[in-house]
Amino acid sequence: MPDSPHMMTRRDTLKVTAAAAVAASVELNLGSTSDAAAASMAFQDSLSTSLKINGVDHTFAHDPRVSLLDALREMAHLFGTKKGCDHGQCGACTVHVDGRRVVSCLTPLAQLEEREVTTIEGVAGADGALHPLQQAFIDHDALQCGYCTPGQIMAGIACIKEGHATSPAEIREFMSGNLCRCGAYVGIVAAIEDAREKMGA
Amino acid sequence: MHEFTYLRVRDAGSAVAAATTAETVRYLAGGTTLYDLMKLSVETPTKVVDINRLGLNQIEVGEREVVFGALARMSDVADHELLAARYPAVSESLWKAASQQLRNMASLGGNLLQRTRCAYFRGGEPYACNKRAPGSGCAALQGQNRSHALFGGSRDCIATYPGDFAISLLAFDAIVDVVGPDGQRSIPISQLHLEPGDTPQKEHSLRDGELITRIRIPATAAGLASTYHKVRDRESYAFALVSAAAALQIKDDVVTEVRLGLGGVATKPWRAKEAETFLLGKRLSEATAREAGDLAFAEAKVTDQNKFKKELGARVVADALMIAKGRV
Repeated sequence: MPDSPHMMTRRDTLKVTAAAAVAASVELNLGSTSDAAAASMAFQDSLSTSLKINGVDHTFAHDPRVSLLDALREMAHLFGTKKGCDHGQCGACTVHVDGRRVVSCLTPLAQLEEREVTTIEGVAGADGALHPLQQAFIDHDALQCGYCTPGQIMAGIACIKEGHATSPAEIREFMSGNLCRCGAYVGIVAAIEDAREKMGA
Repeated sequence: MHEFTYLRVRDAGSAVAAATTAETVRYLAGGTTLYDLMKLSVETPTKVVDINRLGLNQIEVGEREVVFGALARMSDVADHELLAARYPAVSESLWKAASQQLRNMASLGGNLLQRTRCAYFRGGEPYACNKRAPGSGCAALQGQNRSHALFGGSRDCIATYPGDFAISLLAFDAIVDVVGPDGQRSIPISQLHLEPGDTPQKEHSLRDGELITRIRIPATAAGLASTYHKVRDRESYAFALVSAAAALQIKDDVVTEVRLGLGGVATKPWRAKEAETFLLGKRLSEATAREAGDLAFAEAKVTDQNKFKKELGARVVADALMIAKGRV
């Protein structure tokens, strides 16, 4: 840690520790000190955005600041998509927009007018049958605590469809945006290889 | 996050018109830098102009030049087969950056203007940062500066330019086309980014309201024998400790053209001109590659925490040159 006068406050130190768990960069994430100020601001529903989520039409009146992640959880009440770092570093909030994987925490809701979003709640079959990659995660013990799992599965499905899952090395490279603190990576790679065959990709 | 008004535009003219105002305006493309820094209250625009529906996403690998629309996404450009075959350094500089999710979002124009990862810049108050709060000082000079610049720093700022794509573009002398309130102009990539000097808050030469529309690379046969070699603390999804974009032409066993860009070590994309001059007309061997690497880092200004990058950097340059040679 830096010497005074650059000492971090205890609050920032806690934030750094928390952020380090999911840090994409090797550099420190000192966190923001503006949360309290932001919370006290009036919330203005000045925008209206219409989009499809898992095939269902939604229209949200919202403040321009709202992220897709917060809209999914707080407005659509789809809690499968998880908030990890909220800064695009951990991949826990991964969803598909028009079939492409993105991090929903860095996607302003306002950008999604007329777009189609798929979340973990939308990947199982109409009859409730698990998606092949969901089943493969169970079969290969590809999780422990499970917090990163919805993001891993959304990223994994996209990874297979993109054609970036042709070898364990390529899977590791193209899944590197999804961190797993439990260290279930070996199972995750095995699950993606397994599902790749079942998805016919 | 500070409050702002959001405006969606459908063409470049409307974007520029919307940005021509006394307000603090930012163009929103992928949002991976801007929206992140707005969450940290480091970026505080009062007006955000969403340019995602402007088109500008072409990818053309032509005989005379390569042309990218500024809103082409990093992942699409990285996966472009002809680009990867003819200019592997450019493709590699894209897929070795960020994660696939972020590459699906991030635009090329936004990537060029990606802001530093200096923790004191991102951390906000109470940390001193001349780039974020001009005149407040630089906490990195005596603080955590393992990842800070060996080249181009000043007494006011030693923050590293974090991007990868711009390093390969610099090696290929790319050109950035912009449109603004005063019309269109073209900027050599070497003149897009600025050294901090005593105005570290000013990072690029774009004027108020100017919008990047295209990025062009003049065609060169050196593209074929090129690489973007990036060394990180972990194997994937991290910023460069040191990176080198190297491109070569070799005829009759001697180097007839060489281009060397350095990343992760400077306040802006850095060109290793002395090393290039040294190699011209020479036979490229492990020994001369290493000599070039040493030359590239001869003028490095190090801190206690980043001095390891002088040796590491020389090796990265040497390795990049030998990888490129393998593709001649």
